[in-house]
This record gives sequence, C-alpha cells and structure tokens, in this order.
Amino acid sequence: MNEIQFLTWVRGTGLNLALGLFLLGVFWRLIEIYTLGRKPDIAPARSVAGASGWHTVVRRSVPPPGMVKTSPVSYIGGYIFHVGLMVVVFFFAPHIKLVNSLIGISWPGLPSQVIDAVAVVTLATMVVVLADRINKPVKRYLSTAGDYFAWMLTFLPVLTGYLAVKHMVLPYTTMLALHILCVELLLIALPFTKLIHVFTLIPSRWYNGDISGKRGVSV
Amino acid sequence: MEKGETLLEHMEREGMSRRTFLKYCASLASLMALPPSAAAAMAEALGKARRPSVIWLPFQECTGCTESITRSNAPSVEGMIFDMISLDYQETLMAAAGFQAEEALQNAMKENYGKYVLIIDGSVSTGLDGAYSCIGGRSNLDSLKEAAKGAAAIIALGTCASFGGIPKANPNPTGAVAVSDIIKDKPIINISGCPPIPVVITGVIAHYLTFGTVPELDKHGRPKAFYGETIHDRCYRRPFYDQGKFAKTFDDEGARNGWCLFELGCKGPVTYNACATTKWNDGTSFPIESGHGCIGCSEPDFWDAGGFYKALSTAASPLKYVGAAAAVGAAAGVAVSFANRARKSAAKAAHETTTTSDLEK
Repeated sequence: MNEIQFLTWVRGTGLNLALGLFLLGVFWRLIEIYTLGRKPDIAPARSVAGASGWHTVVRRSVPPPGMVKTSPVSYIGGYIFHVGLMVVVFFFAPHIKLVNSLIGISWPGLPSQVIDAVAVVTLATMVVVLADRINKPVKRYLSTAGDYFAWMLTFLPVLTGYLAVKHMVLPYTTMLALHILCVELLLIALPFTKLIHVFTLIPSRWYNGDISGKRGVSV
Repeated sequence: MEKGETLLEHMEREGMSRRTFLKYCASLASLMALPPSAAAAMAEALGKARRPSVIWLPFQECTGCTESITRSNAPSVEGMIFDMISLDYQETLMAAAGFQAEEALQNAMKENYGKYVLIIDGSVSTGLDGAYSCIGGRSNLDSLKEAAKGAAAIIALGTCASFGGIPKANPNPTGAVAVSDIIKDKPIINISGCPPIPVVITGVIAHYLTFGTVPELDKHGRPKAFYGETIHDRCYRRPFYDQGKFAKTFDDEGARNGWCLFELGCKGPVTYNACATTKWNDGTSFPIESGHGCIGCSEPDFWDAGGFYKALSTAASPLKYVGAAAAVGAAAGVAVSFANRARKSAAKAAHETTTTSDLEK
C-alpha cells in the first residue's frame, strides 16, 4: 500500500467505519445511561440559594477558592488544553471544510498562524498535564491505564496534525493519513472510554446539582 | 548529427553558442540541486558525450508523453540534447514502419547490447498473458522482457509506465502494471506525470550522460531533484492557503483574486513534481496558474484517489454507514436498557426486608 492508497483508505473506508462506530457507540451509551432511570422522588423539594442544576453546570467550571493554588496544573493546564483543542478542531480551515462536506454547514476559520500557535501551546500543555499526573502521587494512584490511553488518543491527532501541516518527520501525505487515522481511533474509542464526557459532562453536572438542590445541599 | 560528433561540436554546427550551452548546463545543475561546480563538470561531460542508443517502446499509452517531449520548446537546447541521443526506435517519430521498424529495433538491441537506454511509456498489460496490448504480433510484456535484458538503464516515462496510471485505474480490466512490477534487475528511473515535464525528461537524460549513473531517487523511484518537493510547497498561491483564503467555486471572487484552490480539490499538498518551478509551455504557466487545482498526476494511483474536485480534507463518501450505525447503536442502547431494567426488577423481587430480629441474629 503506497501513501496515496493509505490516504484514500483513511479518507474513504476508514472514515466511514470510524464515523459509523462513533455514532453507534454514542447512541448506545447515551440511551443506556439515560434510560437507567431513578425511583420517583416523593419527598418535598427543599430550597437552598444557589443550588440547582443549571447553577452547578456553570459553577463546576469555576475553580473553588484556593484550588488554583493547590493544583495549578490541573486547573490552568486543563483549561488551556481544552480551549486549545476546541480552537484547533473547530477553527482550522480544512476541518471546517470537512464538516461542510459532511453536513453542509460552514463558519469562518482562523488564520493558519494562529492555529499553529494554539496547537503548539495545546501540545505543550498536554505534556505538562501528563507529567503532573505521573509526578503527583495521588493523581498517579487514581490513574488507570484507561486514563493514559485517553490522553494518548487525544494527543496523537493534534501532534500528527501539526507535523502534517509543518511537513515534519514524515512526508506530508503519510502524515496526513496518519493524522486522519489517529482521529478515527479517537472517534471509535470515544463512546467507550472516559472521553464520553464530551457528551455527558453537562447533563451529569445538571443532575448532580439538581438532586443536591432538592435535598437542600449546596454543591 | 554526424557519427562520432560530440554534443558541443554538433551544437556549434547548429549555430548554438558555447555561452548558451554553458548557461543550459548551469541552469540544469541548479534545477537538479547540484553544487555549482557540477555545472562545469556537466558542460565538460556533455560536450564530450557521444550519442548513446535510446530505444523507446510505447505500451498502453496515449502518446501524451511523446507529445510532451516533442514540445520541449524545439529547437531549444533540450531539443539539441535529444538530437544527440541516437533514438533508434520510436514508433511515433520514426519513418520506418512494419517489418522495417521491427528490424531497426532488433538491430539497435543487438548492436548496443548492455549499453542502450530503454525508455518505456505506457503501462504493461498482464491480463490474458498480455494479449490486451500487442505490437507486431508480440505482447508488450514479451517485448519489455526482451528489451530490458540488454538495457543499461530503464526510464519509465509517464505515470502509466511508472505506476500503472490510468490503465491501472479501478477496475483495471487489462491487468495493467508498472514497468518496475515486471523488471526487477535493472536500474529504473520513474519520470512520472501525465505527461511528465519536458525539462525533467531531458534533465534526467543529461544527468545519465554526464555522470553515467542514475540520479538520486525517492522511494517511488523518481529523481529527487525534480520530485523532492510538493506542488503545494512551491505554489505561488501558498500564502493564501496560510491566510485561510480559499476560492469556493471556479468563478467566485476568491478565484478571481487567485486564492488557494485547496477547497476545489487541489492535490498540490500530496503531489511531488516540479510543475510549480519549471512550469509548462516554455515556462509560461502551470495548471494552478491557469485556475485549476492540481490533479496529482505524478502520484501512484492518482486516478482513484477520491475525486479531483473533492478537497483533500474531505471524505470520499462519508455518510455511507451513518444512518445504519445510528439505528444499530440506538437498538443496542435500548436492548441494554431493557436488560438493565430486568436486572433491577429481579433485584427488587429478590429483595428481602431486614427486620430488627435479623440484626440480632
């Protein structure tokens, strides 16, 4: 298989399979999770100021007092790489073109130089976040193989994408194909790993806040 | 050209100045990324060179490669170089026909055994023992094997000879393959392109005459000097790509302003060739300059690489399984959900009430 055949496969059959498995997984997991159900809550709801589902969705995104100092890498690093990922994934012109070809919607992209800079910062931050996870005994103890796997699945698409755009390490065609392949692995694994938080994050926070609020607990 | 005459003598006789010849050598050396000193060596070697025998066999091809080389800005220096080789067999250009032509071929092979350069254009049909493409009652496959035996080097001219090209495109009814798929024991230089650039053809021949060796090749067997960089790397529209300015259709404002053609399917980023630097038609322009994206013709299997007008970042047929996948996923979710509910009911049914007397046991 030469690199054009490789690229053709990842753009064609590979992407079809990955998108298919991704949707299959997402539908499966979300339906499974949200049909688990809860017993009807017959106790009268209590009311505490600031405790509700939507409030919690917002507040959980803001670090509690003192926590930034205690765990700066988790908070600052976490913010940087999540925002960085969003910028790189959704505002790089070829990515927008891909979405446009899939579902026909389009929006303005950012200049390549901006994307380049954000990609470098994102990659560096992800390395720091990983080092911190390995370095801090508590984080290391809490980490499973799944966490490292999820990190790798997230890191590789950004790395290969950057190397492809910059024509580094491997010829562009091979690197572009590897980039698409890494994204496909990410898509397939996403519904079945912790990465499902892409979809469950906000509903989970809402539920936690809502149930706690009804019990009179401010979270 | 008279027998025994060197290239320089021939050129002088044709009214070409030594200065023009040296300029040609210098530009060729720089084009092939050779050190400046190579220009002098090239001039000396080329000046003394005597015409090597060249046998050119056309197989499953369209004669586009021949058209390209004959438009090598004749009567330019490149044309002269071509005068210099002894083109002993070339069906399209030769006066001889029929048995006379076949005889010329056999004589050329016999007289220059082990020394001639074999140029092949067109792919080799292997289906039905090569019966899809025959010349003089012999299959191309047969002719190639015979001619390759006595060749010093083989130049696979054009994408068909280099990689199979259009005849090899899906579903490849004739079983077309590249020259390198058949011949394994000779140095093969792939000069891909549909057609290849004239100066690249003459440049490679000049390199062979000068150094007597095959130039440095990339992993597809193409001379690195000409196929070392992508069209995209050398494209004059590259700044627009970097700025995110893309033509969306062939007649919008972006297209009129000369913006990047990536979104219109340009294959420049994955195509290795010298079009953007050497250009075509005596340096006039190249396809992107004329407003059309690169179709990637110098790459293997370019014909089947997902559509000429689809951007590289887009998928070939992306939403093929999406509906089915969503339905299967939803069904799986519902099934698991029912299983979970059944487990919950079973747990509820199996639940035993604990009383204080149980705790005292």
